[in-house]
Amino acid sequence: MKPCFNVSTAIPGPRSGSCSVFLVAALAVFFLPSAVQARDNIHIVGSSTVYPFTTVVAEEFGKTTGFSAPIVESTGTGGGIKLLCGGVGESFPDMANASRAIKESELKLCADNGVKDVTEIKIGYDGIIIANSKEKELYDLSKQQIFSALAKQVPGKDGKLVNNPYKMWSEIDPALPAVKIEVYGPPTTSGTRDAFVELVMEKACAGEEAFKAAWPEEEMRKKNCHLMREDGHYIESGENDNLIVQKLRSNPQAFGIFGYSFLEQNLDTLNGNLVDGVEPTFEAIADGSYPVARPLFIYAKNKHVDFAPGIREFLKELVSDKAAGMDGYLAVKGLIPLPEEELQEMQKRVSDAFSVKK
Amino acid sequence: MFSFAGRRAKIAIRRMQKNKNPFIFSRGKTPAQKWMVRRKKREKWFRRCGLASILISLMFLGGLILSVIGNGYTAFTRVQILLPVEFSADIIDPEGTRTVAALSGADYRKLIRNSLAKLFPEAETRREQMDLHALISKGAYYKIRRMVMEDPSLIGQSHDLWLPAASNVDLFIKRHSMSSDAGLGNYKINAMQYAWLKQLIEGKRLRKVFNTTFFTSGDSQEPEQAGILSSITGSLLTILVCIFCAFPMGVATALYLEEFARENWFTDLIEININNLAAVPSIIYGLLGLSVYINIMGMPRSSALVGGLVLALLVLPVIVIATRNALRAVPPSIRYAALAMGATPVQVAVHHTFIYALPGIMTGFILSIARALGETSPLLMIGMVAFVTDVPRSLVDPSTTLPVQIYLWTNNPETGFVENTAAAIMVLLVVLVCINVLAGWVRRRFEIKW
Repeated sequence: MKPCFNVSTAIPGPRSGSCSVFLVAALAVFFLPSAVQARDNIHIVGSSTVYPFTTVVAEEFGKTTGFSAPIVESTGTGGGIKLLCGGVGESFPDMANASRAIKESELKLCADNGVKDVTEIKIGYDGIIIANSKEKELYDLSKQQIFSALAKQVPGKDGKLVNNPYKMWSEIDPALPAVKIEVYGPPTTSGTRDAFVELVMEKACAGEEAFKAAWPEEEMRKKNCHLMREDGHYIESGENDNLIVQKLRSNPQAFGIFGYSFLEQNLDTLNGNLVDGVEPTFEAIADGSYPVARPLFIYAKNKHVDFAPGIREFLKELVSDKAAGMDGYLAVKGLIPLPEEELQEMQKRVSDAFSVKK
Repeated sequence: MFSFAGRRAKIAIRRMQKNKNPFIFSRGKTPAQKWMVRRKKREKWFRRCGLASILISLMFLGGLILSVIGNGYTAFTRVQILLPVEFSADIIDPEGTRTVAALSGADYRKLIRNSLAKLFPEAETRREQMDLHALISKGAYYKIRRMVMEDPSLIGQSHDLWLPAASNVDLFIKRHSMSSDAGLGNYKINAMQYAWLKQLIEGKRLRKVFNTTFFTSGDSQEPEQAGILSSITGSLLTILVCIFCAFPMGVATALYLEEFARENWFTDLIEININNLAAVPSIIYGLLGLSVYINIMGMPRSSALVGGLVLALLVLPVIVIATRNALRAVPPSIRYAALAMGATPVQVAVHHTFIYALPGIMTGFILSIARALGETSPLLMIGMVAFVTDVPRSLVDPSTTLPVQIYLWTNNPETGFVENTAAAIMVLLVVLVCINVLAGWVRRRFEIKW
């Protein structure tokens, strides 16, 4: 039922133009932007772990050169590479941050969309830290202990796989404290999670006879080794690592899993626990003795040199000694720099792939 | 009956002897009275529950606002350090060419290092020098660079410059009493740096000023250099696009549906759809924007244009519904009178009904703009959640918005961003309060009571 008087049905008559002027204006605004101008910013997408480092370089690059500062989006590694591999052209990003190496399937996606030359640039390392509040003591955890605390399935007493029965740390090893297992960590979409399960869970699980017996094929075994428990002892905390830091402050019994740069910024309140007897210090991650460290990458499309100005110069800045070197400004932000030789190799790779061909 | 009155009298006398009011005495209550008491009690409970829920929500709101202000008020001041900077020609331009390339590529950090070393010669080892240099913001040299680029004749001169302090020094000076060296570790300041800072304060080389950087610069990875200008500009551009698309379309749709359209299955379908669209989660509009505007129409990613168009989709149903309600509130007598005077239906709708409904339309419109201003999730899909340092100058430049800026800052590890985040939230809240006050004012000032 309409409460209002319907005019058009009551009296037919000529209509004035003012209403259609409205409509035309609206449509014009809607379809106006078909004329899109060329891009003058470099466009970078990808991992939220690499984001703080790329943005520092972007800022420095924008402020000290004549080029405008690159735009950096934080989409996660997987999402970023998918965008990167969408195709070649102005509407696709030029580079993608990645907190793991590109996968076979992603390379295939790239090739299918005509993206042939993608240069992989390693910019440094990041340690994954198992932290707790400074109010509690520092622990030395082995990979095996971490696995027992966090895996979905563990070998039971009779050697067969059972759902993880451990509720307290002391049940795993009497030397550990008698507190509830509570670990805050990244969700499955995160590159940090991928690296963590690969470096800790998979390594610890590889030697277990029970897993070999239950999953004879390697693929399936790997998949099951990667599963984290879902009964409330491992708590997925979203991509925001600051949230985990806050949780650890308010709940000193809990542990948290996140990147080294967050530990470095919060050394006053957080402990970085030892893994296999090695403390997560800057030096230990740099020389590879801390076992839970992974390389960080930037993938750049060679052909995109023509689509946005300054790509060559930006990449040069990225791998320069001033940025990625031992005393560079990225190291100050918490990136663990590459060894001297590897950095030189990266510098050479950049100048080869993005040299001026004319 | 008599004995009853006699008992009353006895009770009254007894009460008088006890110095009490003789006319009040208790008597058994009738069932109706008991029922009344219970009803009143229930009513009182209901009112108390309502009051309690308001108080609880006020408490949460108060706690939220207090925590935001408590975290953020310090962001509006910044600590600066006065340094005697020598614009030495040997460092800036040793060859004396004075070309733009030479001036822009010079090592201005070294000027700051030299001046600090002159001020505190006791810092000798490399570690100590690094600690000393860490007192000044890493971005401080941009200021010197800009000065030299604008006026190359500065080279060779010496000037005292107020340079921004590093973020942890800034927080330390603002939050710490400085009377003792307790709790230095919380600010990542060591004993030596503490001594230097004391010396700076005694020498009047340290001051707190209003933080103009926060309002005049774009995003940065250094908390003391970061500002909200680029995100505010982005918000403004986005909202402009949104207004230009959503307002005419929404109002035209509502006018047509309310005043001209015949009632049939088609308009019913449209009506159901509009009501449904108003309740669709906003991320869906982001996905729509991604596939239609960016992938099909080829508009630039991360631009205010696409953002505004997506937000226009978001507020369109709300505007249509608000406009239709406002139009419905205009009494039919106005339409009859206009028609009787010989106006055409369109003239009736545009010159009379629409004008009288305008205050209601404006209120709904302003409130929907406030909603669009606070949105982040649809912008995630179209690439506006991005690190943007440059202030966008056109609709197609990459830009971000204020709520997105807040979200991005909460992700940063540096503690200095906590106060920046809170300060940006305060700015956003002030803007939203202003918009709501404006909506209330428009309603009260122009509302027509029939």
